[in-house]
Amino acid sequence: MDDLIADFVAECREMLESLGGEIVAWEAAPEDRARLDSIFRFVHTVKGNCGFFDFPRLETLSHAAEDALADVRANRRRADAPLVSAVLAVIDRIGEMIEVIGAGEKLPEGDDHDLIAALQPGAEGPVSAAPAAVIGERTAGVAAPRTIRLSVELLDRVMSGVSDMVLARNELARRLRDSEVEVTVDSAFERLSGIIAEMRDAITRTRMQRIENLFVGLPRMVRDLSAELGKQVMVDIEGGDVELDREMIEMIRDPLTHIVRNAVDHGIEKPADRLKAGKREIGLLIVSARQSGNQILIDICDDGRGIDGQRLVDKAVAAGIIDKDAAARLSKAEQFMLMFEAGLSTAAQVTSISGRGVGMDVVRSNIERIGGIVEVDSKPGAGSRMTLRVPLTLTIIPALTVSIGNQHFAIPRSAIEEIVRANGESVTLSQVGGAGVATIRGRRVPEVALADILGLPSPLSDAERTLIVLKPAGGDVFALAVDKVHDHEELVVKPAAPAVMATGLYAGTTLADDGSPILLFDAAGLARVGGVKLENVERGSRIVDANGAAGQRAATPVLLFRTLEGQRRAVRLGLVDRIEEVPAAALHWGAGQLRVQLGEAILPLAGLDRVPEGSGKVRLFRLSDGHAEVGLAFAEVIDMAELDDGVLPATTAGEVEGVTLIGGEPAELVDVHWLFARLGGSAAQERTMVCRLPADDPWMQHMLRPIVEAAGYRVVSGTSEEEADLVIAAKGQPLPANDEGARTIWLRAEPDARKNDQSIYRYDRAGLMMALTAAGGTK
Amino acid sequence: MNELLLVVTIAGQRVALPAAAVESVVELDALIPVPRAAPHVAGLSALRSRVLTVIDCRRALALGSSDLGSGLCEAAVVEIEGHHYALIVDSVEDVVEATADPIPVRAAMGPGWEHVSVGLVETEEGPLLLIDVGALVEGVEARAA
Repeated sequence: MDDLIADFVAECREMLESLGGEIVAWEAAPEDRARLDSIFRFVHTVKGNCGFFDFPRLETLSHAAEDALADVRANRRRADAPLVSAVLAVIDRIGEMIEVIGAGEKLPEGDDHDLIAALQPGAEGPVSAAPAAVIGERTAGVAAPRTIRLSVELLDRVMSGVSDMVLARNELARRLRDSEVEVTVDSAFERLSGIIAEMRDAITRTRMQRIENLFVGLPRMVRDLSAELGKQVMVDIEGGDVELDREMIEMIRDPLTHIVRNAVDHGIEKPADRLKAGKREIGLLIVSARQSGNQILIDICDDGRGIDGQRLVDKAVAAGIIDKDAAARLSKAEQFMLMFEAGLSTAAQVTSISGRGVGMDVVRSNIERIGGIVEVDSKPGAGSRMTLRVPLTLTIIPALTVSIGNQHFAIPRSAIEEIVRANGESVTLSQVGGAGVATIRGRRVPEVALADILGLPSPLSDAERTLIVLKPAGGDVFALAVDKVHDHEELVVKPAAPAVMATGLYAGTTLADDGSPILLFDAAGLARVGGVKLENVERGSRIVDANGAAGQRAATPVLLFRTLEGQRRAVRLGLVDRIEEVPAAALHWGAGQLRVQLGEAILPLAGLDRVPEGSGKVRLFRLSDGHAEVGLAFAEVIDMAELDDGVLPATTAGEVEGVTLIGGEPAELVDVHWLFARLGGSAAQERTMVCRLPADDPWMQHMLRPIVEAAGYRVVSGTSEEEADLVIAAKGQPLPANDEGARTIWLRAEPDARKNDQSIYRYDRAGLMMALTAAGGTK
Repeated sequence: MNELLLVVTIAGQRVALPAAAVESVVELDALIPVPRAAPHVAGLSALRSRVLTVIDCRRALALGSSDLGSGLCEAAVVEIEGHHYALIVDSVEDVVEATADPIPVRAAMGPGWEHVSVGLVETEEGPLLLIDVGALVEGVEARAA
């Protein structure tokens, strides 16, 4: 609403400014029709907007002026001097009121009837010429933030100018690297670089708009819709201040509207049904937006009847979209995804609101076209949630660059499911009647070579290539064999010419850092041109799954690896940004933490406790939580796997979250949350408390130590030099060292305490924890 | 009518492009091929931060193909519906003024020329065939398909 008012004020100011001259001219020549018209237009606009914004005082005033002027226009009245000055007084007052509104203040109560009376035909006497009692003393210098209106075209031109500048800078950077230049040149260039980057950020921001613009019409729409359907729905909107590229906002408008209509129509029940189900009569619809990394998440939640997965399946089977066998193996999530299949609607009867099942498939393809994803979750009887994940801007798409021969191409990352080496252990390639089939960890997917799709020569044989498992719109996976995978980049994508789009292979073009064009693939197009039949591939592929029930649970993909100490561990794949290999020289010890330098970033490093000797290479995972990054060193990647077995949680918090079975063998699951908690904010960390344990007591070292560490202590043993805050010792044993001011906890071996015994039974976990916490609190 | 015309040579013939449609004349070096695109799409090139779709005019007219291997080639840059194209020509000669409106060509031309012709314009240098840039970009094959 604030935005709209600001727009209104800006518009009025603009009109007032241009009216300035007109008013004077009109006063001189009241017969001038053109002047009269423009003044009439102004009061008319003001009147129209006032009704909408609820400024009754402004409305009455402008209405009166409009009436008077309309009479003049209709030749019912002559524009004589008293009328002219009355109108001018009205315009002046409108101007004052607009300034008040613009300053964000409330319009004061006041009386305008003198002005209105002066507008009446035959009104006599001079109107008190302005400085009216509209405003008290306006505080001087409260100028509202000055804004100007710019054409979007101009902004786009500035944007493309800045893009040119970035490219020119990159080119210059390359030239500078190749030639020897003075240090002063370098530093000047660095400065220039920084300024350009800053400018690009600022310009990008000018294209941003608050998502409120998208949400502002929803309450009204829902109200009308629910009235029509005889339902009661309350809309709750959150996160309207999230900013999004304005083009993006336009692209999401239709899908969002559709989902909201669907939720009201199909999701939320009639009041009677809701009461029967033990819910409040009024259904709740929550639309919220939030930013997560470089994505915007828009949630649409309702507390309606939820989605009936089984009904979707039955419908899909009846419509011939999937066969019965495949249907039986669908997971819950896959069942929900069926709603996006073309020609499927669960509405028992076709309503005018949601149409005839055209829609959800269009919603998904629209969202995917802009590089986004739609997710569905639902609980029968409790409601459903749809999540739209869209990139921040339309033009910047995260993509993976690959190459065939020496030509580079880009693949949108949203379509990529995983990347495997064709000669890896878990991958077998076979030929079936000339068509390629890749078996990746027991899952059979069609395989096509990018070189064959494009008709390009490639020196590599099938086995030497890298397979990229793609999941294009439509949801069916296939493997694309490429010669080489290069890098993950954020690309500024522009639409390609029709002659290029006609191939059906490409989604657009972009420019590489060196200024040469790169083609961005459309994953669905690749499948189509590659002759991959997309129907039922994904679902059919479950047949080779040895464990029939595996499809029932949404499995988390993990990366199985071996640590430098030789342990078999797994880390959730979604958290791994990429794998890096760095020379040992890039590792260093800083601020009490091993760190690794990667390009310009310095990350805390886990998985290693000291800088390795020699000049070998260290491989590490780059883990990201969207804001911070942490490195995790490892020896080798064993395989990709799915976390389908339960995880046996570890008893103490630490690097390992728990143990699970992967491929029949136990593997420790890395607790990334702990890693980030421990390393991510290392700068702000407090000094940890130190606890001393006797070195020679195996029970203490093996059983007690993990508990103490879990309580947040760093453990030192025996007679170590460090000063401890807490000492734990077995009752009857001497203290391991003298720590001044340290608390001591005595542990006893027998459950029953004697009189006046302050010691704690060593298996009294609760007591122990309390003592540990108490000791920690005193410092 | 004094429309300015850019005189270029395509497949050995001197023809005219409407100068108003031509943004600039550039020399292209490296072309990035577009696999699976129509044959007259010679590739992509970059002009500052814009991607140019490079059209081989000879191929667009089904008159053989330009020799793209020999380093630089001259091209006229035009914008059609928001997309920028570089039209590869044999050479760019001059800008002349049209002295009359184009008139239909009544003689039988080759099929390629027929598609892209706007008509014959009179200039001080004698009559020249005026080319419809949009039709040229579409190409003969694409149109037949």
